[in-house]
Amino acid sequence: MRNFILRYLLPRLGQYLVVIFLGVTITYIIPRLSPSDPVERQVAEIMVSGAHFGPEAIAHMRDALTDMYGLRGSPIEQYLAFWARMFQGDLGPSLSRFPTPVISLIARALPWTLGLLITAVMISWVIGNILGAYASYYEKSGIMKVIDVASQAVRPIPYYIVAVIFLIVFAYFFPIFPAGGAYPVGRRIEMSIWAVQTILRHSALPALSLVTVGMGAWFIGMKSLTSNIISEDYVVYAEVTGLPQRKILYGYIMPNALLPQVTGLALNLGMIFSGALILEVVFVYPGMGMLTYQAVLANDYSLIMGIAIFSIVGVATAVLILDLIYPLFDPRVRHQ
Amino acid sequence: MLKVIRDLLRYDGRFRVAFIFLLATFIMSAISYVSPQDPGRTFQVPLDRSPSLQYPFGTNSRGQDVFWWMTFAVRNSLYLGLITAAVSRVIAIFVGLTAGYRGGYVDRILMSVNDSFVVMPVLPLLILLSFLFRGRMGLTGLGVLMGLFGWPWDARLIRSQVLSLKERSFTRTAQYCGAKDFHITIFEHLPFVLPIVFATTINNMIWSIGMEVTLGVLGLSNVTLPTIGTTIYWANAHQAMVAGIWWWLMAPVVVSVVMFLGLYLLSQSVNEYIDPRTRLRRIGA
Repeated sequence: MRNFILRYLLPRLGQYLVVIFLGVTITYIIPRLSPSDPVERQVAEIMVSGAHFGPEAIAHMRDALTDMYGLRGSPIEQYLAFWARMFQGDLGPSLSRFPTPVISLIARALPWTLGLLITAVMISWVIGNILGAYASYYEKSGIMKVIDVASQAVRPIPYYIVAVIFLIVFAYFFPIFPAGGAYPVGRRIEMSIWAVQTILRHSALPALSLVTVGMGAWFIGMKSLTSNIISEDYVVYAEVTGLPQRKILYGYIMPNALLPQVTGLALNLGMIFSGALILEVVFVYPGMGMLTYQAVLANDYSLIMGIAIFSIVGVATAVLILDLIYPLFDPRVRHQ
Repeated sequence: MLKVIRDLLRYDGRFRVAFIFLLATFIMSAISYVSPQDPGRTFQVPLDRSPSLQYPFGTNSRGQDVFWWMTFAVRNSLYLGLITAAVSRVIAIFVGLTAGYRGGYVDRILMSVNDSFVVMPVLPLLILLSFLFRGRMGLTGLGVLMGLFGWPWDARLIRSQVLSLKERSFTRTAQYCGAKDFHITIFEHLPFVLPIVFATTINNMIWSIGMEVTLGVLGLSNVTLPTIGTTIYWANAHQAMVAGIWWWLMAPVVVSVVMFLGLYLLSQSVNEYIDPRTRLRRIGA
């Protein structure tokens, strides 16, 4: 147990802290690279955008901006103050929806993104891995070859393009699914079967795009991993003893290949998250991605900064959780 | 080189497809130099014409011929990919060679920074950066910026190669002959690593062009420059799908699918060519 903590747990925790440290430090440095005074520029931009604020509100905003950019005191003091606010979960007020705190805007958008992301990632990971193992075990199967070619074709294409293709085909030429949103405009969402149904119908296309791209990636990974395993001696032996093929596949081949796939999931979470952000913009889905888009349109710097920090911490935490449950799958880590 | 290409064309189906797709992409970007239309100008042709012989990709609501606009878009996207790849290759090679050769605490520090960059979601950071430098950043600037984030996967790959190279006897011999560390990494190890560098270059280009599409769609790259991303940005800004001008969105989709598939299949086929074991498995040995 002591070994497990020293060799496995502590390095993971250390890595987690390094990621957050680097991420927050980068977001701290970036505004300081900008040559013009960010506070004055933001105030000017907000004034130009036509919003009307009293002099008191402007002074308050200038104050909030100076605080938010952490421009009070020496660079070291500023940096420490920046961290202190991070620990309190204070990301400052939003500029475009002043004075709503950024964190509450994120809290409103987050459930949508999480719901979509977790569902889609789980579906694509499970199906992709099962199909990948089947594809290398039953090499001659025609269906598997079709899936293989399709996965290879989808693999390099950015999420955004895949989403646009789905949108053109399923919402424009064959209007099976709604073109955007998560529920009809103007309806309040309450808990009812109707609400669940419409939300599912509206989430179908974004989820389908995420699953299509993700499944292709896991499929290709699993296929190449298992293609080495099926020629191992113990698999040949299992076949010679006449074990049912299902048992060989699920009991002997897949468990060994699943471990790198779990690691792969942890390593790719950041990229999958980014992909989901951009999908939401295509489908006007009210999650973190849409929030980012609105922030860009409204020139809301504090919101973008908050989203960036929150995403880094969120993804790093998700990776840490995956790392912590990894020993459940891999007995070697447990008994080190 | 020519012989290798000829052999690959003859025996590798994927390379054939990649060759055709990339050839089409290069021709497309090359003819942008003889384009009759300046991409910076609007209202040059009738608005919103569907694809026809005269306008192969149709015309858009800004009065531009989508086909000629796309030729510039392909050229710019390729250029961006090359810049990003070049910058991130330099970092990846440096980090990979150093971490692998030095080992010890240098390796541990470099790799933990490396892994942090792997895990970090790059998109929000890039959005933040390009938001701050919006309008002041050209394609080259954007390329360099993405290059600063695009190296970690490949640095790890290069490091793992160097770890095995380090144990080979020629490294030991060079060290006993008094060769400097710098000389060994650059002249002895780098040549072995170059094939992987080439394969990862293509993947890196795919990544950066895809990232530009994302930033462009958000309006965060320079929207006056034609790229695949800004084409979609303009189509969205004019609500092309609502107005039924589907060819305006279809053009960047088709062009980018051809380009991405071409690059991806090329990297797959090059990877296989580099690793003779997979080649042997395919011919059944």
